[in-house]
Amino acid sequence: MEVFLFSTFNGVLYGMLLFMLASGLTLIFSLMGVLNFAHASFFMLGAYFAYQISTYTGFWSALLVAPLIVGLVGALVERYGLRPVHRFGHVAELLFTFGLAFVMEEVIQMIWGKVPVPYDVPELLNVAAFEWRGLQYSAYRLFMLGVSVAIFVALFLFIAKTRVGLMIQAALSHPQMVQSLGHDVPTIFMWTFGFGCALAGIAGVIGGNVLGTEPSMAITLGPIVFVVIVIGGLGSLWGALIAALFIGIIDNLAITFDVSIYPLFALFGVAREAEGIMSDLVNLTSGGISPVLPYLMLVLMLIFRPRGLFGTRDV
Amino acid sequence: MLEVRDLHAYYGKSHILQGVSLDVNAGEIVSLLGRNGVGRSTTIKAIMGEVEPHGSIKFKGQEIAGLKSHSIAQLGLGYVPENRDIFPTLTVRQNLLLGQKSARNTGRWSMEDMFELFPNLRDRADTPGGVLSGGEQQMLAMCRTLMGDPDLVMVDEPTEGLAPQLVEKVAELLNEIASRDLSILLVEQKLTIALKISARVYVMGHGEIVFEGTPEDLRRNEAVRQEWLEV
Repeated sequence: MEVFLFSTFNGVLYGMLLFMLASGLTLIFSLMGVLNFAHASFFMLGAYFAYQISTYTGFWSALLVAPLIVGLVGALVERYGLRPVHRFGHVAELLFTFGLAFVMEEVIQMIWGKVPVPYDVPELLNVAAFEWRGLQYSAYRLFMLGVSVAIFVALFLFIAKTRVGLMIQAALSHPQMVQSLGHDVPTIFMWTFGFGCALAGIAGVIGGNVLGTEPSMAITLGPIVFVVIVIGGLGSLWGALIAALFIGIIDNLAITFDVSIYPLFALFGVAREAEGIMSDLVNLTSGGISPVLPYLMLVLMLIFRPRGLFGTRDV
Repeated sequence: MLEVRDLHAYYGKSHILQGVSLDVNAGEIVSLLGRNGVGRSTTIKAIMGEVEPHGSIKFKGQEIAGLKSHSIAQLGLGYVPENRDIFPTLTVRQNLLLGQKSARNTGRWSMEDMFELFPNLRDRADTPGGVLSGGEQQMLAMCRTLMGDPDLVMVDEPTEGLAPQLVEKVAELLNEIASRDLSILLVEQKLTIALKISARVYVMGHGEIVFEGTPEDLRRNEAVRQEWLEV
């Protein structure tokens, strides 16, 4: 029971990290029509900036400053990279962000090297927050959860209550009308892009020291974030939240409880053989197939409900 | 207030506007009439910067051809599009708030004015704009543009698809707007309200102005009405 609870808790935490990336990605997509392949690279950038800043002034200042720099970089990328490419259409934009992801990965390797950098959990929080039936839960993980929930609440209040949030909502469906009312939509786009990147940056700052800060971290996480926004429904923040939590929890439970998936095959009358072409497959456990689970869900979702859980339009 | 000279516009290779010239003076209601597809909507979209304009467009003496539409709106030109473009997920109140150009509203129109003109909007202030009736959406679209305190409003087919009592209501609102010293450029297909409230009318055909005069001139000129207006 306690293992189940801890594992679910970790799943929620991983899910909230995914949500921080997915919310920015889905906001950018629904507003500008740009599927930003480089989005997870901004997450990586957040982790590396946080590492660098924390070597000078410590973790807490990094938590504040790194996302701001990432957001600024994002805004500049939109203004001087994406916007000129925009008139060539969405495919050109997609290719641009695709290339950008690789450029960012290479540049990070040139500066910080190929091996993981020693970006660690801050001393203050590197303790057990509580112990329950012999299992310890780290204070830093609780802190991560706190930050991600706070960001989530702030994001929803920002979109629903502020004037800029209303403009963003309005521009989702009628950008031209928002512009005709005298609001500078291209600038709103630029800052939304930067804001989305900053959210990914925060996820990098608080997740980089747990997941590991290395040049392949963007490539590892990026595709799963895409899965999240497709399952949740492109453009839907609620959908992104539910899908992120769902994937986070499923992933953690599948690994923790490493159950055999043989019963699935037994349903179809496949015998459990020790040898032969099917032996590897039928002896797999849920932990073994956990990396493929999100993509399996992606494929099924696209076949049976292409608009996702809460989406309003097809992919 | 508004001087358009030799305005041309293109959609791809088709030459939609072929040298349109028109004027709207301060405090005046001017109508731009014509059948569907003659370029009336394109004319105001080009003035608003939503379609690339070729030619000269002066607003309050300043050349605005080539400016972005949000800058044009900031100069005091308001636009109510034909399809109304209500923000469907936002409430009536939020739609009106976004009409303001800045968070501090110091213009001629307050939200209270709007609610007094249209008590319906007050009743539905917290309803999402998307569920309003066509008539309510038209009123909301006009009020939203007025909240930005424009000096000239361009209204594209406000009476289209509305019941006769609502058409009267639109005419009342337009007169009310003009009485607060605003200019109006009204685009219409039907003559019903245009002839009643306009100081001058233009008739368009095939991307050009084919008639210019007072409503009385147009009433007397059966040839123009038959060739360019009546179906």
